[in-house]
Amino acid sequence: METLLNDFSPGLFVVSTILLLALIALMIKFAWKPILNSLEERESGINNALEAADNARKEMQNLQSDNEQLVKEAREERDAMLKDARDIKEKMISEAKEEAKGVATTLIENAQASIEQEKQAALAEIKKSVADLSIGIAESVIKRELASKEDQLQLVEGILKDVTLN
Amino acid sequence: MKIAQKSIKFLTIVAIALFSISGYAVDADKNQDPKKDGGQVNTKTEVEEYILHHIKDSHDFSLFSYTSDSGERKHLGFPLPVILWSSEGLVTFMSSEFHHNDDGHVIVEKDGLKFAKIHSKIYELDSDAATVAFDDTHHATNAHKVLDFSITKSAFGLILIGAFMLLWFSKLARQYKTKKVPTGFGRILEPLVLYVRDEIARPNIGEKHYRRFTGYLLTVFFFIWILNLAGLTPLGFNVTGQLAVTACLAIFTLVIYTVSGTKGYWMHMIWMPGVPVLIRPVLAIIELAGALVIKPFSLLVRLFANISAGHIVVMSLIAIMFTLQESLGVVGATGLSLLLSFFITLIEVLVAFLQAYIFTMLSALFIGMAVDDHKHH
Repeated sequence: METLLNDFSPGLFVVSTILLLALIALMIKFAWKPILNSLEERESGINNALEAADNARKEMQNLQSDNEQLVKEAREERDAMLKDARDIKEKMISEAKEEAKGVATTLIENAQASIEQEKQAALAEIKKSVADLSIGIAESVIKRELASKEDQLQLVEGILKDVTLN
Repeated sequence: MKIAQKSIKFLTIVAIALFSISGYAVDADKNQDPKKDGGQVNTKTEVEEYILHHIKDSHDFSLFSYTSDSGERKHLGFPLPVILWSSEGLVTFMSSEFHHNDDGHVIVEKDGLKFAKIHSKIYELDSDAATVAFDDTHHATNAHKVLDFSITKSAFGLILIGAFMLLWFSKLARQYKTKKVPTGFGRILEPLVLYVRDEIARPNIGEKHYRRFTGYLLTVFFFIWILNLAGLTPLGFNVTGQLAVTACLAIFTLVIYTVSGTKGYWMHMIWMPGVPVLIRPVLAIIELAGALVIKPFSLLVRLFANISAGHIVVMSLIAIMFTLQESLGVVGATGLSLLLSFFITLIEVLVAFLQAYIFTMLSALFIGMAVDDHKHH
Protein backbone atom coordinates (compact mmCIF):
# COMPACT_ATOMS: atom_id res chain seq x y z
CA MET A 1 0.00 0.00 0.00
CA GLU A 2 2.81 2.34 0.91
CA THR A 3 4.63 1.58 -2.32
CA LEU A 4 1.40 2.13 -4.19
CA LEU A 5 0.91 5.52 -2.60
CA ASN A 6 4.56 6.27 -3.19
CA ASP A 7 4.16 5.36 -6.83
CA PHE A 8 1.15 7.60 -7.21
CA SER A 9 2.36 10.73 -8.89
CA PRO A 10 0.22 13.79 -8.19
CA GLY A 11 1.96 15.63 -10.99
CA LEU A 12 1.06 13.00 -13.54
CA PHE A 13 -2.46 12.99 -12.12
CA VAL A 14 -2.82 16.70 -12.81
CA VAL A 15 -1.20 16.42 -16.23
CA SER A 16 -3.32 13.47 -17.28
CA THR A 17 -6.48 15.12 -15.96
CA ILE A 18 -5.84 18.17 -18.11
CA LEU A 19 -4.85 16.13 -21.14
CA LEU A 20 -7.77 13.73 -20.79
CA LEU A 21 -10.28 16.53 -20.32
CA ALA A 22 -8.94 18.16 -23.45
CA LEU A 23 -9.00 14.84 -25.29
CA ILE A 24 -12.58 14.09 -24.24
CA ALA A 25 -13.74 17.56 -25.25
CA LEU A 26 -11.94 17.47 -28.59
CA MET A 27 -13.09 13.93 -29.35
CA ILE A 28 -16.69 14.81 -28.58
CA LYS A 29 -16.57 17.94 -30.66
CA PHE A 30 -14.63 16.73 -33.68
CA ALA A 31 -15.28 13.02 -33.72
CA TRP A 32 -18.13 11.57 -31.68
CA LYS A 33 -20.78 14.17 -32.31
CA PRO A 34 -20.49 14.16 -36.09
CA ILE A 35 -19.96 10.40 -36.18
CA LEU A 36 -22.93 9.59 -33.98
CA ASN A 37 -25.13 12.11 -35.76
CA SER A 38 -24.26 10.67 -39.15
CA LEU A 39 -24.75 7.13 -37.87
CA GLU A 40 -28.17 8.00 -36.49
CA GLU A 41 -29.06 9.78 -39.70
CA ARG A 42 -28.00 6.78 -41.70
CA GLU A 43 -29.92 4.40 -39.45
CA SER A 44 -33.09 6.45 -39.64
CA GLY A 45 -32.60 6.66 -43.41
CA ILE A 46 -32.34 2.89 -43.60
CA ASN A 47 -35.40 2.47 -41.40
CA ASN A 48 -37.39 4.88 -43.53
CA ALA A 49 -36.34 3.12 -46.70
CA LEU A 50 -37.35 -0.23 -45.24
CA GLU A 51 -40.68 1.16 -44.13
CA ALA A 52 -41.28 2.68 -47.53
CA ALA A 53 -40.49 -0.62 -49.20
CA ASP A 54 -42.88 -2.36 -46.83
CA ASN A 55 -45.62 0.11 -47.58
CA ALA A 56 -45.04 -0.21 -51.29
CA ARG A 57 -45.31 -3.95 -51.02
CA LYS A 58 -48.52 -3.68 -49.05
CA GLU A 59 -49.92 -1.29 -51.61
CA MET A 60 -48.99 -3.69 -54.35
CA GLN A 61 -50.78 -6.45 -52.52
CA ASN A 62 -53.82 -4.25 -52.09
CA LEU A 63 -53.79 -3.39 -55.77
CA GLN A 64 -53.48 -7.02 -56.67
CA SER A 65 -56.38 -8.05 -54.48
CA ASP A 66 -58.39 -5.13 -55.89
CA ASN A 67 -57.67 -6.37 -59.37
CA GLU A 68 -58.68 -9.86 -58.46
CA GLN A 69 -61.88 -8.53 -56.95
CA LEU A 70 -62.61 -6.59 -60.11
CA VAL A 71 -62.01 -9.59 -62.31
CA LYS A 72 -64.19 -11.70 -60.08
CA GLU A 73 -66.98 -9.17 -60.15
CA ALA A 74 -66.74 -8.86 -63.90
CA ARG A 75 -66.93 -12.59 -64.27
CA GLU A 76 -69.97 -12.78 -62.02
CA GLU A 77 -71.62 -10.03 -63.96
CA ARG A 78 -70.95 -11.82 -67.21
CA ASP A 79 -72.38 -15.04 -65.80
CA ALA A 80 -75.48 -13.22 -64.63
CA MET A 81 -75.93 -11.57 -68.00
CA LEU A 82 -75.58 -14.87 -69.79
CA LYS A 83 -78.10 -16.45 -67.45
CA ASP A 84 -80.54 -13.60 -68.02
CA ALA A 85 -80.14 -13.91 -71.74
CA ARG A 86 -80.80 -17.60 -71.62
CA ASP A 87 -83.87 -17.07 -69.46
CA ILE A 88 -85.17 -14.43 -71.81
CA LYS A 89 -84.61 -16.71 -74.78
CA GLU A 90 -86.48 -19.58 -73.16
CA LYS A 91 -89.25 -17.31 -72.12
CA MET A 92 -89.57 -15.90 -75.61
CA ILE A 93 -89.66 -19.35 -77.13
CA SER A 94 -92.29 -20.63 -74.74
CA GLU A 95 -94.34 -17.48 -75.23
CA ALA A 96 -94.13 -17.90 -78.99
CA LYS A 97 -95.19 -21.51 -78.66
CA GLU A 98 -98.18 -20.59 -76.53
CA GLU A 99 -99.20 -17.93 -78.96
CA ALA A 100 -98.85 -20.26 -81.91
CA LYS A 101 -100.86 -22.87 -80.13
CA GLY A 102 -103.61 -20.34 -79.42
CA VAL A 103 -103.66 -19.15 -83.00
CA ALA A 104 -103.81 -22.75 -84.29
CA THR A 105 -106.64 -23.57 -81.92
CA THR A 106 -108.70 -20.61 -83.07
CA LEU A 107 -107.96 -21.45 -86.69
CA ILE A 108 -109.06 -25.03 -86.17
CA GLU A 109 -112.16 -23.91 -84.32
CA ASN A 110 -113.00 -21.48 -87.07
CA ALA A 111 -112.46 -24.18 -89.66
CA GLN A 112 -114.60 -26.61 -87.74
CA ALA A 113 -117.35 -23.98 -87.39
CA SER A 114 -117.23 -23.20 -91.09
CA ILE A 115 -117.23 -26.92 -91.91
CA GLU A 116 -120.30 -27.38 -89.72
CA GLN A 117 -121.92 -24.43 -91.39
CA GLU A 118 -121.14 -25.82 -94.82
CA LYS A 119 -122.43 -29.20 -93.71
CA GLN A 120 -125.68 -27.69 -92.47
CA ALA A 121 -126.01 -25.75 -95.69
CA ALA A 122 -125.33 -28.87 -97.74
CA LEU A 123 -127.81 -30.88 -95.73
CA ALA A 124 -130.41 -28.19 -96.16
CA GLU A 125 -129.77 -28.20 -99.87
CA ILE A 126 -130.05 -31.97 -99.94
CA LYS A 127 -133.32 -31.82 -98.07
CA LYS A 128 -134.55 -29.22 -100.53
CA SER A 129 -133.41 -31.36 -103.49
CA VAL A 130 -135.05 -34.44 -101.95
CA ALA A 131 -138.22 -32.50 -101.46
CA ASP A 132 -138.03 -31.22 -105.01
CA LEU A 133 -137.38 -34.68 -106.29
CA SER A 134 -140.16 -36.15 -104.24
CA ILE A 135 -142.49 -33.54 -105.61
CA GLY A 136 -141.26 -34.22 -109.15
CA ILE A 137 -141.74 -37.94 -108.68
CA ALA A 138 -145.10 -37.45 -107.23
CA GLU A 139 -145.96 -35.12 -110.12
CA SER A 140 -144.89 -37.58 -112.77
CA VAL A 141 -146.60 -40.38 -110.94
CA ILE A 142 -149.74 -38.45 -110.78
CA LYS A 143 -149.33 -37.37 -114.41
CA ARG A 144 -148.96 -40.94 -115.81
CA GLU A 145 -151.89 -42.43 -113.97
CA LEU A 146 -150.57 -45.68 -113.74
CA ALA A 147 -152.55 -48.67 -114.52
CA SER A 148 -150.91 -51.22 -112.52
CA LYS A 149 -149.46 -51.30 -109.26
CA GLU A 150 -146.45 -53.00 -110.71
CA ASP A 151 -145.81 -50.20 -113.17
CA GLN A 152 -146.06 -47.71 -110.38
CA LEU A 153 -143.41 -49.48 -108.31
CA GLN A 154 -141.23 -49.80 -111.42
CA LEU A 155 -141.50 -46.21 -112.07
CA VAL A 156 -140.55 -45.21 -108.46
CA GLU A 157 -137.60 -47.47 -108.57
CA GLY A 158 -136.58 -46.05 -111.93
CA ILE A 159 -136.86 -42.53 -110.64
CA LEU A 160 -134.97 -43.44 -107.50
CA LYS A 161 -132.24 -44.96 -109.65
CA ASP A 162 -131.98 -41.73 -111.55
CA VAL A 163 -131.69 -39.71 -108.38
CA THR A 164 -128.21 -40.14 -107.17
CA LEU A 165 -127.69 -38.76 -103.88
CA ASN A 166 -125.15 -36.37 -104.34
CA MET B 1 -3.55 13.16 -52.85
CA LYS B 2 -3.24 9.64 -51.56
CA ILE B 3 0.39 9.40 -52.50
CA ALA B 4 1.06 12.71 -50.78
CA GLN B 5 -0.63 11.48 -47.62
CA LYS B 6 1.33 8.28 -47.65
CA SER B 7 4.63 10.01 -48.17
CA ILE B 8 3.82 12.37 -45.31
CA LYS B 9 3.18 9.39 -43.06
CA PHE B 10 6.37 7.76 -44.17
CA LEU B 11 8.37 10.93 -43.60
CA THR B 12 6.93 11.30 -40.12
CA ILE B 13 7.97 7.79 -39.21
CA VAL B 14 11.44 8.31 -40.62
CA ALA B 15 11.78 11.61 -38.79
CA ILE B 16 10.76 10.07 -35.49
CA ALA B 17 13.17 7.21 -36.01
CA LEU B 18 16.07 9.45 -36.93
CA PHE B 19 15.33 11.82 -34.07
CA SER B 20 15.21 9.04 -31.55
CA ILE B 21 18.46 7.52 -32.70
CA SER B 22 20.60 10.52 -33.52
CA GLY B 23 19.29 12.87 -30.86
CA TYR B 24 19.98 10.72 -27.94
CA ALA B 25 21.68 7.54 -28.86
CA VAL B 26 25.18 8.33 -27.85
CA ASP B 27 24.17 9.88 -24.62
CA ALA B 28 26.08 7.52 -22.44
CA ASP B 29 25.85 7.81 -18.72
CA LYS B 30 29.40 8.35 -17.63
CA ASN B 31 28.55 8.92 -14.01
CA GLN B 32 26.49 5.74 -13.76
CA ASP B 33 27.17 3.37 -10.93
CA PRO B 34 30.49 1.67 -11.52
CA LYS B 35 29.19 -1.74 -12.43
CA LYS B 36 31.71 -3.77 -14.30
CA ASP B 37 29.32 -4.97 -16.98
CA GLY B 38 28.07 -1.50 -17.70
CA GLY B 39 24.59 -1.91 -16.24
CA GLN B 40 23.46 -5.03 -18.01
CA VAL B 41 20.48 -6.79 -16.52
CA ASN B 42 21.44 -10.38 -15.83
CA THR B 43 20.81 -11.47 -12.28
CA LYS B 44 17.55 -12.11 -10.55
CA THR B 45 17.65 -8.97 -8.42
CA GLU B 46 18.59 -6.87 -11.39
CA VAL B 47 15.67 -8.30 -13.34
CA GLU B 48 13.33 -7.54 -10.47
CA GLU B 49 14.62 -4.01 -10.23
CA TYR B 50 14.36 -3.57 -13.95
CA ILE B 51 10.75 -4.77 -14.04
CA LEU B 52 9.74 -2.55 -11.15
CA HIS B 53 11.45 0.31 -12.83
CA HIS B 54 9.61 -0.35 -16.06
CA ILE B 55 6.25 -0.48 -14.31
CA LYS B 56 6.89 3.02 -13.01
CA ASP B 57 6.65 6.13 -15.06
CA SER B 58 9.82 7.39 -16.66
CA HIS B 59 11.16 10.80 -17.54
CA ASP B 60 12.70 9.76 -20.84
CA PHE B 61 11.46 7.76 -23.72
CA SER B 62 13.93 4.93 -24.02
CA LEU B 63 13.45 1.99 -26.33
CA PHE B 64 16.40 -0.09 -25.18
CA SER B 65 19.95 0.24 -23.95
CA TYR B 66 23.09 -1.65 -24.77
CA THR B 67 26.76 -1.67 -23.90
CA SER B 68 29.13 -0.48 -26.58
CA ASP B 69 32.47 -2.11 -27.29
CA SER B 70 34.20 0.45 -25.15
CA GLY B 71 32.10 -0.65 -22.16
CA GLU B 72 29.88 2.41 -22.18
CA ARG B 73 26.18 2.03 -21.50
CA LYS B 74 24.17 3.56 -24.33
CA HIS B 75 20.46 4.27 -24.46
CA LEU B 76 18.31 4.43 -27.54
CA GLY B 77 15.43 6.84 -27.19
CA PHE B 78 14.83 10.52 -26.70
CA PRO B 79 14.52 12.88 -23.72
CA LEU B 80 11.28 14.43 -22.58
CA PRO B 81 10.72 17.81 -20.94
CA VAL B 82 10.81 18.00 -17.15
CA ILE B 83 8.45 20.56 -15.65
CA LEU B 84 8.71 21.07 -11.90
CA TRP B 85 6.94 23.25 -9.39
CA SER B 86 9.77 23.81 -6.96
CA SER B 87 10.10 26.00 -3.88
CA GLU B 88 11.14 28.82 -6.20
CA GLY B 89 8.38 28.32 -8.76
CA LEU B 90 8.37 26.77 -12.17
CA VAL B 91 11.56 25.04 -13.37
CA THR B 92 11.92 23.31 -16.74
CA PHE B 93 14.73 21.37 -18.39
CA MET B 94 15.14 18.31 -20.56
CA SER B 95 15.36 14.91 -18.90
CA SER B 96 18.62 14.21 -20.72
CA GLU B 97 20.35 16.30 -18.05
CA PHE B 98 19.94 13.42 -15.63
CA HIS B 99 21.93 11.17 -18.00
CA HIS B 100 19.62 8.22 -17.26
CA ASN B 101 20.71 8.26 -13.65
CA ASP B 102 17.98 7.08 -11.36
CA ASP B 103 19.60 6.82 -7.94
CA GLY B 104 20.27 10.45 -7.10
CA HIS B 105 23.91 10.63 -8.09
CA VAL B 106 23.47 13.16 -10.87
CA ILE B 107 22.56 16.59 -9.58
CA VAL B 108 20.98 19.01 -12.02
CA GLU B 109 21.38 22.66 -11.14
CA LYS B 110 18.76 24.99 -12.50
CA ASP B 111 17.82 28.52 -11.38
CA GLY B 112 20.03 28.04 -8.34
CA LEU B 113 18.16 24.91 -7.28
CA LYS B 114 19.52 21.38 -7.22
CA PHE B 115 17.48 18.40 -8.41
CA ALA B 116 18.12 14.68 -8.31
CA LYS B 117 16.13 11.76 -9.67
CA ILE B 118 15.64 8.78 -7.35
CA HIS B 119 13.51 5.85 -8.51
CA SER B 120 11.74 7.89 -11.16
CA LYS B 121 10.89 10.63 -8.68
CA ILE B 122 12.49 14.04 -8.81
CA TYR B 123 13.72 15.48 -5.51
CA GLU B 124 14.75 19.02 -4.74
CA LEU B 125 17.87 19.15 -2.60
CA ASP B 126 18.02 21.39 0.42
CA SER B 127 19.91 24.57 -0.37
CA ASP B 128 23.00 23.65 1.62
CA ALA B 129 23.34 20.10 0.33
CA ALA B 130 25.67 19.23 -2.49
CA THR B 131 24.83 15.54 -2.84
CA VAL B 132 21.90 13.44 -1.77
CA ALA B 133 22.35 11.72 1.58
CA PHE B 134 20.47 8.50 2.25
CA ASP B 135 19.41 6.88 5.51
CA ASP B 136 19.44 3.12 6.15
CA THR B 137 16.15 2.52 4.37
CA HIS B 138 17.41 4.36 1.33
CA HIS B 139 15.28 7.43 1.91
CA ALA B 140 16.79 10.79 1.05
CA THR B 141 17.36 12.81 4.20
CA ASN B 142 18.29 16.17 2.78
CA ALA B 143 15.90 16.38 -0.17
CA HIS B 144 12.13 16.51 -0.69
CA LYS B 145 9.84 15.61 -3.53
CA VAL B 146 8.61 18.38 -5.80
CA LEU B 147 5.39 18.60 -7.71
CA ASP B 148 6.34 17.09 -11.02
CA PHE B 149 4.26 18.15 -14.01
CA SER B 150 6.77 16.72 -16.46
CA ILE B 151 5.74 15.35 -19.78
CA THR B 152 6.77 11.89 -18.68
CA LYS B 153 6.69 8.80 -20.83
CA SER B 154 3.08 8.19 -19.78
CA ALA B 155 2.04 11.76 -20.50
CA PHE B 156 3.84 11.52 -23.80
CA GLY B 157 2.03 8.29 -24.64
CA LEU B 158 -1.24 9.86 -23.63
CA ILE B 159 -0.63 12.79 -25.98
CA LEU B 160 0.54 10.50 -28.78
CA ILE B 161 -2.43 8.13 -28.58
CA GLY B 162 -4.79 11.05 -28.06
CA ALA B 163 -3.45 12.63 -31.23
CA PHE B 164 -3.89 9.38 -33.14
CA MET B 165 -7.43 9.00 -31.85
CA LEU B 166 -8.27 12.53 -32.89
CA LEU B 167 -6.73 11.94 -36.29
CA TRP B 168 -8.47 8.64 -36.94
CA PHE B 169 -11.90 9.48 -35.64
CA SER B 170 -12.12 13.00 -37.01
CA LYS B 171 -11.17 11.52 -40.37
CA LEU B 172 -13.98 9.02 -39.96
CA ALA B 173 -16.31 11.87 -39.05
CA ARG B 174 -15.29 13.76 -42.18
CA GLN B 175 -15.90 10.69 -44.31
CA TYR B 176 -19.57 10.70 -43.42
CA LYS B 177 -19.98 14.08 -45.03
CA THR B 178 -19.36 12.65 -48.48
CA LYS B 179 -20.42 9.01 -48.19
CA LYS B 180 -22.83 6.86 -46.26
CA VAL B 181 -20.41 4.02 -45.59
CA PRO B 182 -16.81 4.75 -44.60
CA THR B 183 -13.92 3.28 -46.51
CA GLY B 184 -10.41 2.24 -45.54
CA PHE B 185 -9.48 2.39 -41.87
CA GLY B 186 -12.83 3.95 -41.06
CA ARG B 187 -14.45 0.66 -41.98
CA ILE B 188 -12.65 -0.91 -39.02
CA LEU B 189 -13.44 1.93 -36.65
CA GLU B 190 -17.14 2.21 -37.43
CA PRO B 191 -18.21 -1.19 -36.07
CA LEU B 192 -16.17 -0.51 -32.93
CA VAL B 193 -17.99 2.77 -32.40
CA LEU B 194 -21.29 1.01 -33.01
CA TYR B 195 -20.25 -1.74 -30.61
CA VAL B 196 -19.60 0.70 -27.77
CA ARG B 197 -22.80 2.57 -28.49
CA ASP B 198 -25.09 -0.43 -28.92
CA GLU B 199 -23.53 -2.96 -26.56
CA ILE B 200 -22.16 -0.78 -23.75
CA ALA B 201 -23.85 2.61 -23.63
CA ARG B 202 -27.38 1.83 -24.78
CA PRO B 203 -28.20 -1.26 -22.71
CA ASN B 204 -26.55 -0.02 -19.51
CA ILE B 205 -27.71 3.59 -19.48
CA GLY B 206 -31.03 3.19 -21.21
CA GLU B 207 -32.56 4.45 -24.41
CA LYS B 208 -33.56 7.79 -22.90
CA HIS B 209 -30.25 9.07 -21.57
CA TYR B 210 -27.47 7.18 -23.32
CA ARG B 211 -26.84 9.86 -25.93
CA ARG B 212 -25.43 12.30 -23.39
CA PHE B 213 -22.73 9.92 -22.14
CA THR B 214 -21.78 8.04 -25.27
CA GLY B 215 -19.07 10.55 -26.16
CA TYR B 216 -17.32 10.08 -22.84
CA LEU B 217 -17.66 6.31 -22.92
CA LEU B 218 -16.32 6.09 -26.46
CA THR B 219 -13.33 8.25 -25.57
CA VAL B 220 -12.55 6.19 -22.49
CA PHE B 221 -13.00 2.89 -24.27
CA PHE B 222 -10.70 3.66 -27.17
CA PHE B 223 -8.23 5.48 -24.93
CA ILE B 224 -7.83 2.52 -22.59
CA TRP B 225 -7.87 -0.08 -25.31
CA ILE B 226 -5.33 1.56 -27.58
CA LEU B 227 -3.02 2.40 -24.69
CA ASN B 228 -3.31 -1.15 -23.36
CA LEU B 229 -2.28 -2.42 -26.78
CA ALA B 230 0.48 0.17 -27.04
CA GLY B 231 1.77 -1.18 -23.73
CA LEU B 232 2.28 -4.57 -25.39
CA THR B 233 4.48 -3.13 -28.13
CA PRO B 234 8.21 -2.72 -27.63
CA LEU B 235 7.56 0.99 -27.09
CA GLY B 236 6.82 -0.14 -23.56
CA PHE B 237 4.15 2.33 -22.57
CA ASN B 238 2.54 1.60 -19.25
CA VAL B 239 0.05 4.44 -19.23
CA THR B 240 -3.00 2.46 -18.16
CA GLY B 241 -0.82 0.84 -15.50
CA GLN B 242 -0.22 4.22 -13.87
CA LEU B 243 -2.34 4.80 -10.78
CA ALA B 244 -2.50 8.51 -11.57
CA VAL B 245 -4.07 7.87 -14.96
CA THR B 246 -6.54 5.20 -13.87
CA ALA B 247 -7.46 7.34 -10.85
CA CYS B 248 -8.07 10.23 -13.20
CA LEU B 249 -10.39 8.11 -15.37
CA ALA B 250 -12.20 6.69 -12.34
CA ILE B 251 -12.73 10.16 -10.92
CA PHE B 252 -14.18 11.34 -14.23
CA THR B 253 -16.72 8.54 -14.05
CA LEU B 254 -17.41 9.37 -10.41
CA VAL B 255 -17.97 13.04 -11.23
CA ILE B 256 -20.24 12.21 -14.14
CA TYR B 257 -22.55 9.88 -12.26
CA THR B 258 -22.55 12.07 -9.17
CA VAL B 259 -23.44 15.20 -11.12
CA SER B 260 -26.06 13.56 -13.32
CA GLY B 261 -27.69 11.55 -10.51
CA THR B 262 -31.45 11.98 -10.36
CA LYS B 263 -33.50 12.79 -7.29
CA GLY B 264 -34.58 9.18 -7.05
CA TYR B 265 -30.98 8.03 -7.10
CA TRP B 266 -30.02 10.27 -4.19
CA MET B 267 -33.19 9.41 -2.32
CA HIS B 268 -32.36 5.73 -2.59
CA MET B 269 -28.87 6.40 -1.43
CA ILE B 270 -29.51 8.71 1.51
CA TRP B 271 -32.97 7.73 2.73
CA MET B 272 -33.85 4.33 1.32
CA PRO B 273 -37.63 3.96 1.01
CA GLY B 274 -39.32 0.76 2.05
CA VAL B 275 -36.84 0.00 4.82
CA PRO B 276 -37.30 0.44 8.59
CA VAL B 277 -36.32 3.97 9.59
CA LEU B 278 -33.66 2.81 12.01
CA ILE B 279 -31.77 0.95 9.30
CA ARG B 280 -31.87 3.86 6.87
CA PRO B 281 -28.85 5.77 8.25
CA VAL B 282 -26.79 2.60 8.23
CA LEU B 283 -27.79 1.90 4.66
CA ALA B 284 -27.03 5.51 3.76
CA ILE B 285 -23.47 5.14 5.02
CA ILE B 286 -23.00 1.93 3.07
CA GLU B 287 -24.56 3.36 -0.07
CA LEU B 288 -22.59 6.58 0.09
CA ALA B 289 -19.35 4.72 0.68
CA GLY B 290 -20.19 2.44 -2.21
CA ALA B 291 -21.00 5.21 -4.61
CA LEU B 292 -18.29 7.68 -3.68
CA VAL B 293 -15.38 5.44 -2.69
CA ILE B 294 -15.77 1.77 -3.55
CA LYS B 295 -17.04 2.13 -7.10
CA PRO B 296 -14.32 4.49 -8.35
CA PHE B 297 -11.70 2.65 -6.29
CA SER B 298 -12.64 -0.67 -7.84
CA LEU B 299 -12.48 0.93 -11.27
CA LEU B 300 -9.04 2.43 -10.79
CA VAL B 301 -7.50 -0.56 -9.04
CA ARG B 302 -8.90 -3.13 -11.48
CA LEU B 303 -7.42 -1.43 -14.51
CA PHE B 304 -4.13 -0.55 -12.82
CA ALA B 305 -3.61 -4.01 -11.35
CA ASN B 306 -4.53 -5.93 -14.47
CA ILE B 307 -2.29 -3.96 -16.75
CA SER B 308 0.62 -3.79 -14.31
CA ALA B 309 0.35 -7.50 -13.62
CA GLY B 310 0.33 -8.20 -17.33
CA HIS B 311 3.49 -6.18 -17.83
CA ILE B 312 5.19 -7.86 -14.88
CA VAL B 313 4.27 -11.35 -16.09
CA VAL B 314 5.39 -10.71 -19.66
CA MET B 315 8.68 -9.22 -18.51
CA SER B 316 9.29 -11.98 -15.98
CA LEU B 317 8.74 -14.59 -18.67
CA ILE B 318 11.13 -12.77 -20.95
CA ALA B 319 13.63 -12.72 -18.09
CA ILE B 320 13.53 -16.52 -17.94
CA MET B 321 16.05 -16.21 -20.77
CA PHE B 322 18.62 -15.02 -18.24
CA THR B 323 17.49 -16.42 -14.93
CA LEU B 324 17.12 -20.02 -16.06
CA GLN B 325 20.13 -19.98 -18.35
CA GLU B 326 22.23 -21.98 -15.91
CA SER B 327 19.77 -24.78 -15.35
CA LEU B 328 18.28 -25.06 -18.86
CA GLY B 329 21.10 -23.91 -21.05
CA VAL B 330 20.99 -21.02 -23.48
CA VAL B 331 18.72 -22.68 -26.04
CA GLY B 332 16.35 -24.20 -23.49
CA ALA B 333 15.93 -21.00 -21.50
CA THR B 334 15.45 -18.87 -24.60
CA GLY B 335 12.99 -21.31 -26.13
CA LEU B 336 10.96 -21.61 -22.98
CA SER B 337 10.97 -17.87 -22.53
CA LEU B 338 9.86 -17.19 -26.10
CA LEU B 339 7.12 -19.82 -25.95
CA LEU B 340 5.69 -18.67 -22.63
CA SER B 341 5.95 -14.98 -23.36
CA PHE B 342 4.35 -15.50 -26.76
CA PHE B 343 1.27 -17.13 -25.27
CA ILE B 344 1.01 -14.73 -22.36
CA THR B 345 1.23 -11.84 -24.81
CA LEU B 346 -1.67 -13.32 -26.74
CA ILE B 347 -3.63 -13.44 -23.52
CA GLU B 348 -2.59 -9.87 -22.80
CA VAL B 349 -4.04 -8.78 -26.14
CA LEU B 350 -7.33 -10.20 -24.95
CA VAL B 351 -6.92 -8.59 -21.54
CA ALA B 352 -6.23 -5.25 -23.20
CA PHE B 353 -9.66 -5.36 -24.80
CA LEU B 354 -11.33 -6.92 -21.80
CA GLN B 355 -10.14 -4.24 -19.38
CA ALA B 356 -11.19 -1.45 -21.71
CA TYR B 357 -14.57 -3.13 -22.05
CA ILE B 358 -14.98 -3.68 -18.31
CA PHE B 359 -14.01 -0.14 -17.41
CA THR B 360 -16.37 1.33 -19.98
CA MET B 361 -19.15 -1.10 -19.19
CA LEU B 362 -18.96 -0.46 -15.44
CA SER B 363 -18.82 3.29 -16.02
CA ALA B 364 -21.93 2.99 -18.18
CA LEU B 365 -23.59 0.82 -15.55
CA PHE B 366 -22.86 3.30 -12.75
CA ILE B 367 -24.08 6.19 -14.88
CA GLY B 368 -27.15 4.16 -15.80
CA MET B 369 -27.95 3.56 -12.12
CA ALA B 370 -27.61 7.26 -11.41
CA VAL B 371 -29.85 8.49 -14.23
CA ASP B 372 -32.44 5.74 -13.84
CA ASP B 373 -35.92 7.09 -13.11
CA HIS B 374 -36.53 4.76 -10.12
CA LYS B 375 -40.18 4.54 -11.03
CA HIS B 376 -40.56 0.94 -10.04
CA HIS B 377 -40.91 1.83 -6.33
